[in-house]
Amino acid sequence: MAAIADSVALEPAPTKPSRGYWGSVLQRLRRDPVAMVALGVILLIVLAAVFAPWIAPADPFKGSMIRRLRPIGTPGYPLGSDELGRDMLSRLLYGGRLSLFLGVMPVILAFGIGSTIGIVAGYLGGWINTVTMRTIDVFFAFPSVLLAIALSGALGAGILNSIVSLTVVFVPQIARVAESVTTQIRTRDYVEAARISGAGGFTIVRVHVLGNVLGPIFVYATSLISVSMILASGLSFLGLGVRPPEPEWGLMLNTLRTAIYNQPLVAALPGAMIFLTSISFNLFSDGLRSAMEVRQ
Amino acid sequence: MIIGEPAPPPGGPTRDRGGPGQPLLSVKGLIKHFGQKKGFLTKAGPVVRAVDGVDFDVAKGETLGIVGESGCGKSTTARLVMQIIKPDAGEILFDGEAVGSRALELNAFRRQVQMVFQDSYASLNPRLTVEDTIAFGPRVHGATRRAAATRAHDLLHRVGLEPARFAGRYPHELSGGQRQRVNIARALALDPRLLILDEAVSALDKSVEAQVLNLLLDLKDEFGLTYMFISHDLNVVRFMSNRVMVMYLGKVAEFGPSEALFETPRHPYTGALLASMPSMDPDARTEVAPLAGDPPNPINPPPGCRFNPRCAKSAALCAHEEPTLLAAGEGDHRAACWLVDPSSGHPRLAA
Amino acid sequence: MLLYILKRIVYVAPVALGVSLVCFMLVHLAPGDPLTAIMPVDATAEQQAEMRTIYGFDRPLPVQFGIWLGKVLTGDLGVSIATGRPVLGEVARAVKNSLILAAVATLIGFALGSFFGFVAGYFRNSVMDRLASAVSVLGVSVPHYWLGMVMVIIFSAQLNWLPPTGAGPGGSADWRPDFEHLRYIILPAITMSVIPMGIIARTVRALVADILSQEFVQALRAKGLGEWGVFKHVVTNAAPTALAVMGLQLGYLLGGSILIETVFAWPGAGFLLNAAIFQRDLPLLQGTILVLAMFFVSLNLIVDVAQTALDPRIQRA
Repeated sequence: MAAIADSVALEPAPTKPSRGYWGSVLQRLRRDPVAMVALGVILLIVLAAVFAPWIAPADPFKGSMIRRLRPIGTPGYPLGSDELGRDMLSRLLYGGRLSLFLGVMPVILAFGIGSTIGIVAGYLGGWINTVTMRTIDVFFAFPSVLLAIALSGALGAGILNSIVSLTVVFVPQIARVAESVTTQIRTRDYVEAARISGAGGFTIVRVHVLGNVLGPIFVYATSLISVSMILASGLSFLGLGVRPPEPEWGLMLNTLRTAIYNQPLVAALPGAMIFLTSISFNLFSDGLRSAMEVRQ
Repeated sequence: MIIGEPAPPPGGPTRDRGGPGQPLLSVKGLIKHFGQKKGFLTKAGPVVRAVDGVDFDVAKGETLGIVGESGCGKSTTARLVMQIIKPDAGEILFDGEAVGSRALELNAFRRQVQMVFQDSYASLNPRLTVEDTIAFGPRVHGATRRAAATRAHDLLHRVGLEPARFAGRYPHELSGGQRQRVNIARALALDPRLLILDEAVSALDKSVEAQVLNLLLDLKDEFGLTYMFISHDLNVVRFMSNRVMVMYLGKVAEFGPSEALFETPRHPYTGALLASMPSMDPDARTEVAPLAGDPPNPINPPPGCRFNPRCAKSAALCAHEEPTLLAAGEGDHRAACWLVDPSSGHPRLAA
Repeated sequence: MLLYILKRIVYVAPVALGVSLVCFMLVHLAPGDPLTAIMPVDATAEQQAEMRTIYGFDRPLPVQFGIWLGKVLTGDLGVSIATGRPVLGEVARAVKNSLILAAVATLIGFALGSFFGFVAGYFRNSVMDRLASAVSVLGVSVPHYWLGMVMVIIFSAQLNWLPPTGAGPGGSADWRPDFEHLRYIILPAITMSVIPMGIIARTVRALVADILSQEFVQALRAKGLGEWGVFKHVVTNAAPTALAVMGLQLGYLLGGSILIETVFAWPGAGFLLNAAIFQRDLPLLQGTILVLAMFFVSLNLIVDVAQTALDPRIQRA
């Protein structure tokens, strides 16, 4: 066949092995020092929270009325003690468990629910899309902080209510992004080609749509974790999330407000942890986005 | 079919139903208007008459070329035939059966008609390997993973891409010509009878274009295919087609055997198109004025003959009454021009 | 233009209706009988029965929504359980204070953010650019309630320069533009300005970089226009979008101020909301959220229309 000879002669194939899209994203991400440091910090915080029972020097619940508000560096209290004489280091380690859970869980749930809503609305189009997106517009009429507080305020304090409220805040945001990327993908020629090869809607979404939309939605969702951490701890800070004496960074920040005159550094510690986690997620998400943006 | 037979379509092995005399595709009175319908709070918007009453048929084993400037409705016609968009009116018969009828359900029709798009990159899923892209169609129609992969490798071989080297590649690792070969292989994967090539080579470099055209000719013989070849490039259409349909603003301006149409165009629009075509041959220059200006807006087509505002031979008659397709010369050569109707009273006929 | 404004209003109307529906549902989301939710704990049986007929709690939800909406449209947001005063009056006073704080914060954020953004956009990849992008990442990542605490620790507890909480001396509940009150607004306003500062810096940087890379700027330079002239061109081209972002930020701050207002005990809408939540004063909660959300919706509308009017490039007939 002449055609084979032509193509081989004119278009020599590169010898390097094919790497999938995610492979090349991962490789670019690995070359981004900021994103890698951020990822390292996140892993460290997560590991510290997971292994808190083994590494914490003291019981996070056991207080001492005579050893209240010790400064940082006190023997036996490396990061001082709180207003009830509990070891700050242990409470910060244990606090990461709830804070991370409350911050990450709503984003995971909203990613699942919001992607489904957005992809279905985007793929189906028509009046279903219009109704869905107009409903979502209603939720965009509330600033996120206001909506989160309004919902948890109405539902009442508690871990579950806090997660539910924040999930409701993020679902419309993720759904809107999912709808917009799906609407773009839906009109691509390859989706049309799949349709004319007789594939049903479900198969097309599974093979041709999901692979192309989940990436951008995922990146958007990672950028929400930072906001979610701040909001979740904020709800606890207001007394709408975790109840005392449970260790949680936002709640700890609230109860330590009385200590800003005696032990300002100790009082600021839980907030610093929220800040560190939030900025790490933000920087990692930025790195992930630029690693994925490169046109392949 | 010698190797890699696809899963036999449930329609049965007797695929040719009407015999060689029956057109493979027959299109009658096809109409598609795009536009905003009147809805709640919205006024009815302007209507684009993309395809406005088109009839043609495609004989078994031939290549029908469709030419025209951009916006003339040739791509819309392809998408209507493909059932990607629904026509407002008109009938599409495939081998004598109405598409979507009980005798020929949509899925059975789709297995027999496939399409290659212009943009070789946009028509390949960037997240799938070449093999997965080609194997997708057979998988949808129930082939096993192994059978679909075998089929994909076989087709890669036939479109001139060495399977061992190309099967695992992603679209961005291929050149434009290689990608279009993959698209052709994907279209062939369901063993279709009719292949619609919508500007399939227009985006390629000239040297690559020639290779792909030759490949298409080879494949046509090898698989016994029928082509609808859509292009704005007259040279390419002439090279590929048995018969040619010239479209202007959603209507058929001229239709006829390739040689007759290119040698003795009967519609002034075809003449103008040919005249504006770059030619290497100094003797081939014609007296017809080349086309000036852009085609008029399909939202508001001019009354009478749609070409009359740009036509060098236009007369008062042309602005009032719209000509229909009439026999003009040998075979089924037809043109929609008053000049082919001796009784029309067009002043040029008297002269 | 008038047609465009009308179209936008028609488009906003269903959103506003949806917003009021969400606010209405808040009371019904609350666990337990909505009646007990909106009544003092020690209410008598007659009072309860009276309330039940007033609010129509025995009727189907859509009917209740209709009744409630009718009252809202006439300015009746119900009565606060805690104070027994009409909700509208309470909310109006608080929103005024919030608006002052949010406006001052937005102006600070806009001034600093524009400065950082301009410098970063003009000298891309310079040290200033890196600094500006660091500032904007910090601005969106910092828990602002914690930042507020840190500000109080530094400027009130340690340095004793500024008052830590309140809107004015002696627990003044109304902010006035005099020197004493000015001292009280500095810390919360600066804390609050960090968020819009980061976002405006990011926006302005992208705008300036984009405008400078466009051909007409090259053409202006080639025609011999000085740097000052180029700068003026950049400002006029970047201003509509930057101002639109500023307007939207004002809305976000007004609605999202609850945490900062709590830290600084600023007698605004956020602080009122906090009080409403802890006294389970649901009419007050509902009313405050409705007013804030409607404010946000209107602000979006105004920004959208103003941006279209200012920017000749946007044609949205």
